[in-house]
Amino acid sequence: MTALSSPARVQPAASDPGTVRRRRPPVAPYLLLVPAIAVLLLALGYPLVWQFWTSTQKFGLAQQFGRPPEFVGLANYAQLFSDPQTWAVVGRSIAFCLVNAAVTVVIGVLVALLMQAVGTLTRLVLQVAMLLAWAMPVIASMTVWIWLFDWRRGIVNWLLTGLGLDFTNHNWLEQPLSFYFVATVIVVWMSVPFVAFSVYAGLTQISDEVMEAAALDGASPRQRFFSIILPMIRPVLMIVALLQVIWDLRVFAQIKMLQDAGAPTASTDLLGTYIYRLGVGASDFGMASALSIFVLLLTVALSFFYVVHLMKEDS
Amino acid sequence: MSTTTAARNRRRFRPGRAAATVVAVLVSLAWVFPVYWMLNSSFLPNTVLTSTTPRFLPVGGSLDNFVAVIAQGTFWPALGMSLAITLTTVAFCLVFAFLAALAISRFRFRGRASFVLAVLFIQMLPAEGLFIAQYKLMSSINLLNSVAGVSILYIAAVVPFTIWMLRGFVAGVPIELEEAAMVDGLSRTQAFFRITFPLLAPGLVASGVYAFLQAWNEFTVALVILQKEEYRTLPLWLRGFVQASATRATDWGQVMAASTLVAVPVIIFFLVVQGRLTSGLVAGAVKG
Repeated sequence: MTALSSPARVQPAASDPGTVRRRRPPVAPYLLLVPAIAVLLLALGYPLVWQFWTSTQKFGLAQQFGRPPEFVGLANYAQLFSDPQTWAVVGRSIAFCLVNAAVTVVIGVLVALLMQAVGTLTRLVLQVAMLLAWAMPVIASMTVWIWLFDWRRGIVNWLLTGLGLDFTNHNWLEQPLSFYFVATVIVVWMSVPFVAFSVYAGLTQISDEVMEAAALDGASPRQRFFSIILPMIRPVLMIVALLQVIWDLRVFAQIKMLQDAGAPTASTDLLGTYIYRLGVGASDFGMASALSIFVLLLTVALSFFYVVHLMKEDS
Repeated sequence: MSTTTAARNRRRFRPGRAAATVVAVLVSLAWVFPVYWMLNSSFLPNTVLTSTTPRFLPVGGSLDNFVAVIAQGTFWPALGMSLAITLTTVAFCLVFAFLAALAISRFRFRGRASFVLAVLFIQMLPAEGLFIAQYKLMSSINLLNSVAGVSILYIAAVVPFTIWMLRGFVAGVPIELEEAAMVDGLSRTQAFFRITFPLLAPGLVASGVYAFLQAWNEFTVALVILQKEEYRTLPLWLRGFVQASATRATDWGQVMAASTLVAVPVIIFFLVVQGRLTSGLVAGAVKG
């Protein structure tokens, strides 16, 4: 890293010292960036511009069949945000994302503390269990969970019925609240391992001496957690929580799979599936683009602190 | 000596520790159960799965479900599609990201900071906010339902974070090593390929694994771009089973066998490379 701060040493001037090349701005770095920038411009840059432009056009079914789109300014946005359905979807998405992120982080921290509290063998068992869940491809996880919650033969209904509650043939996906409960269970199950491992890595950085000194001074476990552990793992906790919020906004695959398994779509849509329905289902690219722009702005705003954190690390 | 053993024993039999162990075992069971249930169900015939009492061990199980799933003939094409897209993505992504990582960690140039900033923001953009426009792009250049179309979108989605990961590894190789080799008479290019490049191997492996897992498991973009059945990747293929389950009586044994076919290779791969991957991810993403 120290070598990087002295630019003269990294320029290719060593072979021909003192010539004009030294003062000319280097071409090499720009050449090296060409492929990456080209693919980003094609696959993300162009769609971004197209999407922004289309969000100001009337681009519905008629336009899909060749009629030229017409400029309508911000009419799509106005129509979108005067529709109570949009606000319902936005509200549900934000609530879902905050609840899921909070539950995931709390359970993740508890699992990390558990990893620290138990012996080597138990810790290994716990870590392997977490790794297995982490490694499961999202679509495979979804099929398994849909089977677990299956209304006829699912083991969840069988267990609850066995406990004396009547869950025979209970359909979990019919009612929105119960649908989101199932989705939350699944998303939390998938996301906890990442949080647990990251926080556990943070916990191992806290020196034993500090904890022992606190214990000798008579600090209760609660005091030790809130006055020592929590402040020391705060940086990693903030980043993990922020990433979780951002990731829980994009739960398209999970929600789509649960809807495919037989849930009503209109009352269970979140932002991703709603855009999909507007764009692919109703072929209204104008409205879908407007909502996509909203999602992108929301993500960029949320990502701001994360990016600032990474930039600090870079410099 | 005796006092320390006594202290150790007291610590070992703490009731708090025992309770923690019990809780840890219960948590492990809860997290492993879905994976276990997938494997268990995949070996059992549908008649057992649809009986009123579940069978918790694959007693009387067989590989029939796997045979039946593979006999449908749709698995191999989906596997081929997934492999083609994933390998294309990994190969191009590594080359592009490696070149860009060299640029930002070995040179100081005008626009460097803005490029890094852009890369970090792009990395966060969700597919959910772009797939309609990406669909339109691919349809206008005739790349819907093609390996190339999806791969281009995947490369762009994975390259930003890969650049960021590799940047750390490139910066970790001291430039003095290369300079020493140049003093010893190697050219700059020779010095790079003989000295620096071998030291970057772990970084390339970690980035390659990251790109592989992302492309292999991706669902959203694939769903939008690959709409024809014969071009489905494995996640889309698996989704077909669940979708069918909503409309007719499902053979859950076969669905779980299909799920196992998709999941087990990834799980094994993940467990093998896990150490490298997490160290790379932590170096890039969550270094506190």
